[in-house]
Amino acid sequence: MQKYVCEICGYVYDPAQGDPDSDIPAGTSFDDLPDDWTCPICGATKENFVPED
Amino acid sequence: MRPVQMKEGVHWVGIVDWNRRNFHGYSKSPMGTTYNNFLILDDKVTLVDTVAEEFWGALQCNLAQVLGTDRKIDYFVINHLEPDHAGCLALAVEKYRPEKIYTSPMGQKAMAAHFHYKDWPVEVVPTGSSISLGKRTLKFIEARMLHWPDSMLTYCPEDRILYCNDAFGQNWATSERWADEVDRHTLEELMKAYYANIVLPYSPVVLKTLSALAEMNLEIDMICPDHGLMLRGDDVPWAIAKYIEFAEQKPKNRAVIVYDTMWHSTEKMAGAVASGLADAGVSVRIMSMKENHHSEVMTEVFDAAAVVFGSPTHNNGILPLMADMLTYMKGLRPQNKIGSAIGSFGWSGECTKILTQWIEDMGMELVDPVKVKHVPTHDTYAQCYEQGKAIAAAIKAKLK
Repeated sequence: MQKYVCEICGYVYDPAQGDPDSDIPAGTSFDDLPDDWTCPICGATKENFVPED
Repeated sequence: MRPVQMKEGVHWVGIVDWNRRNFHGYSKSPMGTTYNNFLILDDKVTLVDTVAEEFWGALQCNLAQVLGTDRKIDYFVINHLEPDHAGCLALAVEKYRPEKIYTSPMGQKAMAAHFHYKDWPVEVVPTGSSISLGKRTLKFIEARMLHWPDSMLTYCPEDRILYCNDAFGQNWATSERWADEVDRHTLEELMKAYYANIVLPYSPVVLKTLSALAEMNLEIDMICPDHGLMLRGDDVPWAIAKYIEFAEQKPKNRAVIVYDTMWHSTEKMAGAVASGLADAGVSVRIMSMKENHHSEVMTEVFDAAAVVFGSPTHNNGILPLMADMLTYMKGLRPQNKIGSAIGSFGWSGECTKILTQWIEDMGMELVDPVKVKHVPTHDTYAQCYEQGKAIAAAIKAKLK
């Protein structure tokens, strides 16, 4: 699945890992993340993420 | 203070802000602070960072003492755009007309948004890039979110100096410039307070950055932060080890009870919880929000294993000083903690429910709260004492 990178801090959201700290299970695609999900490093919202090359 | 030569051709040209007690409007700095910046004399004369704008006059004086009358500044290196470091940038650009201003990719964006310049000679230096000053080289390492997106480290291999802006800083105004010239315990406490209130949320980035630095095998004689004392010799590995320890946030056998109270019922409950904790062998500190600033509480909370939050119910909510504390603490994202709540109430009793929600939102491990209508009784104190015992048991389990 497509990884997404935070343009603010460079954190990469990897669907294979999910985001355990925010109770996002592995296998969750970026599109399926809740609208209020934020970057676990810098707190930026989903709009600040772009697909990783 | 007059400029200080750190190595041949490298000078501290910073400012000691003896009277600063409020750092950035949110953290207390009871010992004052400094704005360190550095002037490198080479074929290209280079200024690393500036100081807060109110000290522009003093900075010009420092620069003139090193530069004399006939040398100019060719390059600026801006590691971070926050106004305590880049505050003099516009004035310095106007005065010295530098040939280049080097900054990180995110630094360029922040610089444009801070100064709205049109014709500055800004050049982006991403991680891995380097520039030559003549005899010396400067290498650049992005340190995004340590602690702003634009944060950057600058390393000079010939001088073996790491200019690291806000990392490794402390708020301490002194006539000494080096960590090996001052009281070690005070230094460590101030470094910890600085970390707890400023760097803490970015602990994962600290670990990642330090691990990247270790892989680069840099020889470092001096770590030069922009606040407080600079580190050299044995203090370099000591400071790096301290930062790793801070970032790992390993809890200690300590608890903090932070509370506000209206008619002293919640305060009395805090005392009973503290007795339960202390009798079970946990070091405990009780901190009233009426007497302590949120940054002082955060420094105590930093390496504690448990935090107990106390507030009575007020207008179906909690008291404002506790709301302030919780907002501040949540933003700093402390990890590996146990949380619990206490509070009294008059008619409705939302206090412990609201405090519990905050505890859960911060990802703390919850121990059952205790609340009481109006004034605690002997039974209430017994419940609070047992709550203290239960928190102590949770701490012991966590520290195993």
